[in-house]
Amino acid sequence: MYDFLYHKVNSVDDAVAAMGNADDGKFVAGGQTMLPTMKHRLASPSDVIDLGGVSDLVGIANEGDALVIGAMTTHAAVAASAEVQSAIPALAKLAGNIGDPAVRNRGTLGGSIANNDPAADYPAAVIALGATVKTNKREITGDDFFTGMFETALEEDELITAVSFPIPMTAAYIKFENPASRYAIVGVFIAKTVDGNRVAITGATPCAYRGMKFEKVLNEDFSSNACDAVEVSVDRMNSDIHASAEYRAHLVKVMVKRAVDACG
Amino acid sequence: MVENGIGVSVLRKEDKRFLIGKGNYTDDINVAGQTHAYFLRSPHGHATIESIDISAAAASAGVVAVFTGDDLAADGIGTLICGVTVTSDDGEPHRAPAHPALAQGKVNYVGDHVAIVIAETLAQAKDGAEKIAVDYGVLPAVTETARAADDDQVQIHEVAPNNMCFNWPFGDKEGVEAAFASAHKVSRLELINNRMVTNPMEPRASLGEYNTGTEEITLHVTTQNPHVHRLVLSAFNQLAPEHKLRVVGPDVGGGFGAKIFVYAEELVVGWACRKVERPVKWTGDRTEAFLADAHGRDHVATAEMAMDEDGKFLAMRVMTQANLGAYLSTFSTMVPSYLYAFLLAGQYTTPLIYSEVKAVFTNTAPVDACRGAGRPEATYLLERLVDVAARDMDLDPAEIRRRNFIPKDAFPYQTPVVQCYDSGDYVAALDKAMVLADYEGFPARATEAIARGKRRGIGLSSYVEACGIAPSAAVGQLGAGVGLWESAQVRFNPTGNVQVFTGTHSHGQGHETTFAQLVTEQLGVPFENIEVVHGDTAKTQFGMGTYGSRSLAVGGVAIAKACEKLITKGKKIAAHALEAAEGDIEFADGNFTVAGTDKAMNIGEVAFNAYVPHSYPEGLEPGFDENAFFDPLNFSFPAGTHICEVEVDTDTGVVEIVKYSAVDDFGKLVNPMIVEGQVHGGIVHGVGQALLEGCRYDSEGQLITATYMDYAMPRADNVPSFDVDYAPTDPPDNPLGVKGCGEAGAIAAPPAVINAITNALGIKHIDMPATPENVWRAAQGAA
Repeated sequence: MYDFLYHKVNSVDDAVAAMGNADDGKFVAGGQTMLPTMKHRLASPSDVIDLGGVSDLVGIANEGDALVIGAMTTHAAVAASAEVQSAIPALAKLAGNIGDPAVRNRGTLGGSIANNDPAADYPAAVIALGATVKTNKREITGDDFFTGMFETALEEDELITAVSFPIPMTAAYIKFENPASRYAIVGVFIAKTVDGNRVAITGATPCAYRGMKFEKVLNEDFSSNACDAVEVSVDRMNSDIHASAEYRAHLVKVMVKRAVDACG
Repeated sequence: MVENGIGVSVLRKEDKRFLIGKGNYTDDINVAGQTHAYFLRSPHGHATIESIDISAAAASAGVVAVFTGDDLAADGIGTLICGVTVTSDDGEPHRAPAHPALAQGKVNYVGDHVAIVIAETLAQAKDGAEKIAVDYGVLPAVTETARAADDDQVQIHEVAPNNMCFNWPFGDKEGVEAAFASAHKVSRLELINNRMVTNPMEPRASLGEYNTGTEEITLHVTTQNPHVHRLVLSAFNQLAPEHKLRVVGPDVGGGFGAKIFVYAEELVVGWACRKVERPVKWTGDRTEAFLADAHGRDHVATAEMAMDEDGKFLAMRVMTQANLGAYLSTFSTMVPSYLYAFLLAGQYTTPLIYSEVKAVFTNTAPVDACRGAGRPEATYLLERLVDVAARDMDLDPAEIRRRNFIPKDAFPYQTPVVQCYDSGDYVAALDKAMVLADYEGFPARATEAIARGKRRGIGLSSYVEACGIAPSAAVGQLGAGVGLWESAQVRFNPTGNVQVFTGTHSHGQGHETTFAQLVTEQLGVPFENIEVVHGDTAKTQFGMGTYGSRSLAVGGVAIAKACEKLITKGKKIAAHALEAAEGDIEFADGNFTVAGTDKAMNIGEVAFNAYVPHSYPEGLEPGFDENAFFDPLNFSFPAGTHICEVEVDTDTGVVEIVKYSAVDDFGKLVNPMIVEGQVHGGIVHGVGQALLEGCRYDSEGQLITATYMDYAMPRADNVPSFDVDYAPTDPPDNPLGVKGCGEAGAIAAPPAVINAITNALGIKHIDMPATPENVWRAAQGAA
């Protein structure tokens, strides 16, 4: 790890101000990706602004038609939350299966979606649930937030404050895990809402995406058999030593079908 | 039964210190004035070093010294050695390229050692290393085992044309050819034994200290065999004379073979601490463990079995290409040769066996022993071939094994591949395993699984392993540079407690408990009054260390011999003290008694008497402390049958092990709990190889599975709860009646798992690791 200036802040304003004064600053939330990267000397920010002390960013609130979860809420807190478990059990289950206990107790919702790892779980939930990402500047829809591999719509000095997840009628998340890392090789989140079904797929492609073709057939017939009609293109799929593009494309359909079945 | 004696599942003595964080591992040890070392490693698989400029690094803040290969050479430090000679088919010894501890003009794998930077802190050492300017001339790399000897591959070492280390033919080639020519049926299989990273939990580390007053070097190092380290570093690397070199292997967090070898880092650290006259510590990180620990396995092979019309094995032929990596590690040549081909008979009466092993160099990390070392490769090949033979002959896999087993009344049994098995009852183990696995009930379970959309399969593996490698005369004839005996010293202190000094080394095996059980059984001293001491050349007289499941079968017998000597001497002391004839003294349950009387002395009293010899007669030596060396008559031959049952999800290719039954013959069990733990760990290691672990390099020699994000280790949820039982026989060649148990699971499990998968899918073969994608593809082909 290279030397850097460490800033402990108590408010979003102080965090943004510290970022403004830094040459090459980085916010750190749970640090579960950033700190290993720094330890391996693969990143060398001039300033690290620790959001751990910003209590406004932590918490889970049920606002009736949506769950609002603070950006610095840990995966473990989401998994253990009675509010989440009763309103969107699929989201609690997703959070409870990210990484290992150490990761879940440090890693945060905001950190995960700001990093936008192609194999992360949360992006699928944000997209499928039609969530809104709240920042210190604006609100961004889930569909617009994730822009590419490790890229988001966030600006340099923009900080996620919370994510608002509309409460669906029912939802399910099914993940096919990488046997080594246990990240998603393919993860599928399906939400049944009054406005129709939403399907989001993570892990398969460089950035999580909406499965519009699946949504179309499922809106007509919400059954796993209906999904057989959908062709999943191999072209956009990731390919690595764990799963070829062809295998990933196959798994997308299998996982969508299983998520449909899990929705009941 | 003696309290806490042989056969009792005593809780492990050593666990308290581990569980409360009081273990003492090499990296836990910090000494005054300590510096920190970092190794600059090759980023290229194969490259010449045109120049190295260390000037900026040497001037970097906190840097104490920077050394390269030239500095080592200038001090006459020898290159790393390989201790076993294999004679190639041209009658010449295997090709042994120089293995400098720091590169001289060329690097041959990613992770190869280029320079050491020693600084006040580790961060400063890393900063310094970034300032070393190395001008590399990158060369094409050789990374494929099967293609390494091809004419179009670049040459790695001048002394090894076609990257060949040796070509070692073994067995009756003509006899095998004749048997194949007249056979009823020949089964044939091509397979890969996948390369593994050994992955002990504690990465390698070393701490070198030089005392300018006594001119002694003390090297704390993660080793399975401190005396072997001292011997090699003294005799071959000129680090220091043996009496001026102390090697300590303190608590060591797992070895699995990877910590047997003498590595560049420990030699360089040991040398550098004298050079800078300050202690030097190096602790490898996980990436370095992936890059530069010796790897395991990595064979490609073709196996053929000739059979008569009843499925009796007539002859076997095996052609193997084995990857040894970029250089020869300490015992590497022995692994794909003697430890492999000598096991090819397995449990069967196959009368004729011919094997050819071509060992090749590649631009990958050195390959050496990894839990099982050669025997997993032999067993996987044989037990897979037997299943293919059963398929070709339309016989049940259990039935073809039964028809070919060495019968229990045929022991000692001389195989055609050197080994003479001393005991075994293979039918008994198979029968017991089939009951444990409910083999008869399998068809119903398979039918039920189909109703749930799953494919269920069952696989057998009937293995023999040869461990406790011995005797010294035999390994010497084979070209080993060392003997394979073991030593022990059992010392009573005057107050009656006992220290047991063993030349073996415990790094997870529980020797401190098992060996204390042996001594309490034999001498009657309470278990809690016995301390087992190991791992320090300044404390233990000598020893060959721990590997090849040898510690109990060889080291345990040395302890028993030392105890016998104590009893013999104790009788003399008791005879004197009790005013009886020595011949009238009997020893049992810790007491020396005069036969036919009630006159008795406890062994503790005898010990006190021995150290306070106020009225000793002339000729009786004071003290109660004996040592013994034991050189076995033979290897130890554990055996058994493991049965694995899997369910395959053909939509995803995911394999679930739903049931795993193991019946092993380990002779007499000293601590059944510890043995069961070794069986469990071994099976998990084998399941890891079968389903998950695959070490891969790309065509340029980059290790693409260099972290746990990409290298899949087995975890608790990859395995079921195991059903373990035993079918012991009494091995006449072992005085304690014991066999080794540490590697059996890793040897038996891979073919059991793969045989279950091929059974589930109705296919001939699938290579390891049977990853979901590979299984999915196989299922597509089979459908």
